[in-house]
Amino acid sequence: MLNPQVVDSTLAVALSKGGDFAEIFVEDRQATGTSLDDGKIEEMSSGRNRGAGIRVIVGETTGFAHTTDLSEEGLAKAAMAAAAVATRSPQGGTVSAGDVGGSGAGLREMEAGRFKGTYEPLLAKLSGREGRVILPESVPKSRKVELLRQADEIARAQGGAIAQVMAGYGDSRRRFLVANSDGVWAEDDQVRTRISVSCVAVGDAGMQTGYESVAETVGFELFEKVKVEEVAAAAADRALAKLNARPAPSGALPVVLKGGSGGILFHEACGHGLEADHIVKDSSVYAGKVGELVASPLVTLVDDGMMAGEWGNFLVDDEGMPAKRNVLIENGVLTDYMWDYVRGRKRGVPSGQGRGRGGAGLGSSGNGRRQSYEHLPMVRMTNTYLIAGSDDPDEIVAQTPRGVYVAKLGGGQVNTTTGDFVFGMVEAYLIEDGRITEPLRDANLIGNGPEVLRRIDAVAGDFSMSPGTCGKDGQSVPVGCGQPTLRITEVTIGGTAGA
Amino acid sequence: MPETKTQMNPSHEGNQADRRRGATPEGAPDLGQLVAGIVGQAKSGEDIEAFAGWDREVSVRTYEGEIEHLVSAESAGVGIRVVSAGKAGFAYCGTLDRSAIAEALAEARDNLTFATPDEFVGLAEPDGVVAPDLELIANDFAELDTTAKVAMALELESKVAEGDKRIKKVESSNYSDVIWHSALASTKGIQASTSATRAFIHAVAIASDGGEPRTGVGYSVGKAPGELSVDEAARDAIERSTLLLGAKKPKSGRLDVVFDPRVTSTLLSILAGTLSGEAVEKGRSLFAGRMGEDIGSELLTVTEDPTDPKAYLASCYDGEGLATRRTELVSKGVLSAYLYDSYSARRAGTKSTGSAVRSGFQGTPGVGARALSCQPGDLTQAEMIAGIENGILVTSISGVHSGVNPISGDFSVGAEGVLIRSGKLAEPVKEATIASTIQRMLLGVSAVGSDVEWMPSSAAGVSLAMADVSLSGD
Repeated sequence: MLNPQVVDSTLAVALSKGGDFAEIFVEDRQATGTSLDDGKIEEMSSGRNRGAGIRVIVGETTGFAHTTDLSEEGLAKAAMAAAAVATRSPQGGTVSAGDVGGSGAGLREMEAGRFKGTYEPLLAKLSGREGRVILPESVPKSRKVELLRQADEIARAQGGAIAQVMAGYGDSRRRFLVANSDGVWAEDDQVRTRISVSCVAVGDAGMQTGYESVAETVGFELFEKVKVEEVAAAAADRALAKLNARPAPSGALPVVLKGGSGGILFHEACGHGLEADHIVKDSSVYAGKVGELVASPLVTLVDDGMMAGEWGNFLVDDEGMPAKRNVLIENGVLTDYMWDYVRGRKRGVPSGQGRGRGGAGLGSSGNGRRQSYEHLPMVRMTNTYLIAGSDDPDEIVAQTPRGVYVAKLGGGQVNTTTGDFVFGMVEAYLIEDGRITEPLRDANLIGNGPEVLRRIDAVAGDFSMSPGTCGKDGQSVPVGCGQPTLRITEVTIGGTAGA
Repeated sequence: MPETKTQMNPSHEGNQADRRRGATPEGAPDLGQLVAGIVGQAKSGEDIEAFAGWDREVSVRTYEGEIEHLVSAESAGVGIRVVSAGKAGFAYCGTLDRSAIAEALAEARDNLTFATPDEFVGLAEPDGVVAPDLELIANDFAELDTTAKVAMALELESKVAEGDKRIKKVESSNYSDVIWHSALASTKGIQASTSATRAFIHAVAIASDGGEPRTGVGYSVGKAPGELSVDEAARDAIERSTLLLGAKKPKSGRLDVVFDPRVTSTLLSILAGTLSGEAVEKGRSLFAGRMGEDIGSELLTVTEDPTDPKAYLASCYDGEGLATRRTELVSKGVLSAYLYDSYSARRAGTKSTGSAVRSGFQGTPGVGARALSCQPGDLTQAEMIAGIENGILVTSISGVHSGVNPISGDFSVGAEGVLIRSGKLAEPVKEATIASTIQRMLLGVSAVGSDVEWMPSSAAGVSLAMADVSLSGD
């Protein structure tokens, strides 16, 4: 995307004021989106964003600037803007690496980080995927539109009560090059495709909604595997099932989460709290707990950027580090946090799972991600999931005298400092005498991460993943969440009916 | 979808605030000429609308007395809609580069061929409404240099850290400002050029008195750095993080609720979504067909007024270049208006309320609110609390996107706050939810406070009391 001489000269400018580390991230992203609503294909949208983000690190301080001007002069200008932090201390004086670098390993790491000008070849690109990826730009737009018409037709055919259908299709191709003064040079070419259907059903008790989506880090070949009809029918059935739903209970009850109902429980209950940026600031309930039992022994939690095709999959992260599979909690014991390049680099030690390649990238777990070249990277999840257990899903329900069965989860939100989190249920049923009975209206569930994780007392052998969009500090990135059927002995359900 | 803590930031949506005769700010490109040039390329039988946005932002975050990051950035881009024979297509480019714009125009023309013809699709027609004359650029915006901005973030951090011994940490202290400029032109004769400035500071405090930590965000916002109050933001962060120390999970039950102004601001935004003309026309509004009926307590009067310069997203023009205007949505509990953009208005056989919003150059316009507020009552929050026997003051809510269904009306959110017993604040609570339905909540409003406060969002806050809501805990 840029020739090595331009990269060299830009990084040299970025370090000209005395920074310890500099990085250039060049991105070219193309996206297409179209939606069908009220029976009509609406305004199709397509566009392109291309630019570069440059960051310079001096001690504890990061300077960042971005530009759409990819000429050598344009990049130099952005590099100078990012480098300005190197000349600005908190008091307005001059900061040099030696002033703020700390001691020991940190300082040595910085010296080693001086601009090398030679790169470790880490050319991920599309290699190995090229043969089977159907690139979005190679597919006629009319074919994309056709999928939506199909979705509309099938959804409406699920029942006369389906009053409205909205279907959306989107694809993107994101190519980037990232190179840094530690000698890292990596490229990736990420193709993502998604389809979603949301339905409104109308009944005597008012309107209800149902939503279903499929989203993967693949091209249009997604539709060789995924049947649009099934996505549409699932959304419609969800809305129809809720037409006669009763209000959800209010209070603490046992909850059984269906396999693949979202996995958002773990994303919120501990995923965010295991991101190293919260850990180094001691603003997570999980800080300082490595080696401790933080969950039920049935819990083995993994974050896996290498999970082929999943929504949070990539070959290298947005700091040029290869995607990895990281076990975060093993049999209930906290094994490690998720790290990005810079925080891993500061830590300076390889962590337990064979990460790092001896030189650059030491300590990164491949979790450095950013929304676009206009954003600073930070620690983010990829595909986060609970490993399947051995219980039988039906048996878990049968052994629950009274509780709530959640078949589909919506979103969630967490305060990492307190560990308190909410997650929403969008398809749920009462469990009475060990049987799934009445459908329930939407509600949030609320709990405290470490407490809820300790209350998991059954994990089944079934498993599946779901896509989501994770927002943090104003940036959105695609993530996957997965989980088998499991039971929490008690969690608060935020409904309005007597529990 | 998964989400972590919500953070308040200045909007970068270039259209969402503007200045009437928005001269090009210093250093900004001449967008007016650019969009006129695009519109001039319209072929016979087609209409074109071109929107261009530019912004320049500075943002500083400090942590433990050091700059964590300093970002200085400029962004610009163009979004083009082409309409022909009841079909519309859209394309954008994240640059002002001529060849990229030409490519986007060609793409938009191609994209429209896939749309289903719809007689109501079309660009906004000038409607003769005169745009308000709002001054949304602060003249002294550029007075502070970067060093002074860094100093402001550091000052906020130290004032929070040292303001109360229960503050254990300041997770981040932030300064940001943005100047934006946008221009819109169309073959219908619309020309709307806008500019605005905003400055914002906020700190995230972590407090503890030996037990579990609690967090609180404090902020101050203005059109220029000179309007910001570090003391106010620091006090806000300290108060919010210490108020709930020692909070416990409450028992479940039904009780009365007083919503803190910040929470009410979120509730008003939810309400506005249900009153979108597009939702009404497409059968997704729970208030469709209820015009002129009682949908709320007679204490409730809700207005959308982007012409009010106090509103954070005050604006002279909407996202289609029509003049903004005041619309009373709920009058003493009676549903009196929906919000419309030009498409939904045409479909409904009425006129646009100037309520098109767009999320920067990459988005197409849709119906949205910018400046909602409740007509204030005459009670202070303390007086409202004094009138409640058994209730809760809710100071923050979470999971709005996952627990509020604006179509069915089901409402369930995570809540933190302080219980009210016999008219007095009692113990703080956490890890609870409050639940009801949007319909019941509007009818249950029992008092509106006198404390209207504009927030960095699309709605003003005010203390709001309502009867009989479910609290879920143990």
